[in-house]
Amino acid sequence: MGSTVKSQKSNIWAPISDIANMVETGTETALSQVNKALERIEALDPEYRVVISICRDRAIERAKTIDAIIKNGKSAGRLAGVPFIAKDNFLVFGAETTAGSNILKGFTAPYQSSAIEKLESEGAICVAKANLDAFAHGSSTENSDFFTTKNPYDKTRVPGGSSGGSAASIALEMVPFALGTDTGGSIRLPASYCGVVGYKPTYGIVSRSGVVAMASSTDVIGPFARNVDDASIVLDVMAGKDNLDSTMIDREISYLPSLDSIKGKKIGIISEYFDEGLDSKVKVNIIDAIEKLKKAGAIIEEVSLPSLPLALAVYYVIVPAEVSSNLSRYDGQRYGFSDKTAKNLDESYELARSKGFGAEAKRRIMIGTHVLSSGYYDAYYKKAQTVRTKIVQEFAGAFKKYDFLVGPTAPNIAFKIGENISDPLAMYLTDIMTVAVNLAGIPAISLPCGTVDNMPVGIQFMANQKNDQALLGLAKAFEGLSS
Amino acid sequence: MSHLTKEEVLKLARLARLRLSNDEVAQYTLELEEILGYVEQLSKVDTGGLTPTNQVTGLHNVFRPDVVVEYQAKPDKLLALLPNRKDDYIQVKRMI
Repeated sequence: MGSTVKSQKSNIWAPISDIANMVETGTETALSQVNKALERIEALDPEYRVVISICRDRAIERAKTIDAIIKNGKSAGRLAGVPFIAKDNFLVFGAETTAGSNILKGFTAPYQSSAIEKLESEGAICVAKANLDAFAHGSSTENSDFFTTKNPYDKTRVPGGSSGGSAASIALEMVPFALGTDTGGSIRLPASYCGVVGYKPTYGIVSRSGVVAMASSTDVIGPFARNVDDASIVLDVMAGKDNLDSTMIDREISYLPSLDSIKGKKIGIISEYFDEGLDSKVKVNIIDAIEKLKKAGAIIEEVSLPSLPLALAVYYVIVPAEVSSNLSRYDGQRYGFSDKTAKNLDESYELARSKGFGAEAKRRIMIGTHVLSSGYYDAYYKKAQTVRTKIVQEFAGAFKKYDFLVGPTAPNIAFKIGENISDPLAMYLTDIMTVAVNLAGIPAISLPCGTVDNMPVGIQFMANQKNDQALLGLAKAFEGLSS
Repeated sequence: MSHLTKEEVLKLARLARLRLSNDEVAQYTLELEEILGYVEQLSKVDTGGLTPTNQVTGLHNVFRPDVVVEYQAKPDKLLALLPNRKDDYIQVKRMI
């Protein structure tokens, strides 16, 4: 236990910009970087079950292409030869994309997600697809239809979810960065549980075209990395308008953190996140970290957002509603699992969905169907959307006074595998400190914040919509304080 | 609002084109009841004067030029994904 993670400190990977620079100048090759990643995945994956598939041939071919471009005296881009792992809900052209579900098992992506396209156009190379809770429904990867990923710090514990494979891949240093999606905390929670950096950008700055949809009004794409600089460069490459996603807003000119001073920054501590639900040892870590910010000159005050305790209830109306709509496309007719024994079309739909979806997808589809159904729509869905307005307004009010807000990412350290699996509501409650951010569309980051009982703790910083660069600047400054 | 009956769960499953085993019906009746019980706290919240938030970007009517563009997903790649295919058509089971 812990021996693999200790090697995290050995810095197997140089900073991303250094890797790209070495590949561009010929000190290293893209192929050597890809081989290094593949060797590391093959050595550690049997123990931790991080990836669903490895894109070996595709990755090697791309590495050779990049090396040839450089040999011809041209640039291969800002991420030249940098290997990465994508959560398996990103479509990677020609590779299997399952979303962790049986209904998409064997599905070969006929096109590529725009985020992957942008990363590849700057020379990055996707080497594997990471495990997740099927369709990103969950907080532990235990809802994956295939297997559960193990926490790199303790194999009896979950890595968090839904992007658990992506987070674990960074803790295990399989690759310099990984991609995840965050609908209610699915990047930040596993980042917290695995002791890595996880970034959830402002809603609408990264195209979601080609990523398996979960809840369209809150889904975002973001990076996992070992440090803020690496996460920032990945975001900087991925962000920006795309004609294939009409929900996008203008990006900021740059997301690279300008070295920001903490002095004089106004940071609000969200008092609702420090109530009796927070583990007392986790609380100590967070308070100590806030104390460091104060010593560095930040102006720290407590702030109350009284509607935040309602966020999880709002989330578990709105998200299942959108899930039930987004998952209606899986009908066994055009792609994915199909049951050939069906006697008629209606039965063909039913059998494909009943056998292809796991328990959690079915649960969410039915909740969503219920809250959208005639007679219940106003009481559940419309009411939740209206309470959502209160949450949006309270955040907007807080950001009039404060540059940033701070709190824990999760109330506890990573829980044991199997601990919450028979109680769906207990599992949902692990997202209690992350979902409000998604409902408001604001950016947030989870950063490592020490350990409790040898398990990582995450601290969460939030900023107002479209203030991603400033948030990454604060995160980098915080990183400097804690190292 | 909550108190789901077994019949209501079966109706939801039917609306969502899911076929449930008896064990699943029993399990989901309990679990959905618990989850809906939890979200029922929203009914007590005063939301007078507030309008629902459907999205957070403030965008509406996003237009683009109506022109044909070359796209990565080629017909042969899409057709290759069909579970049941006849020539270049999607083959489905009989309707009734």
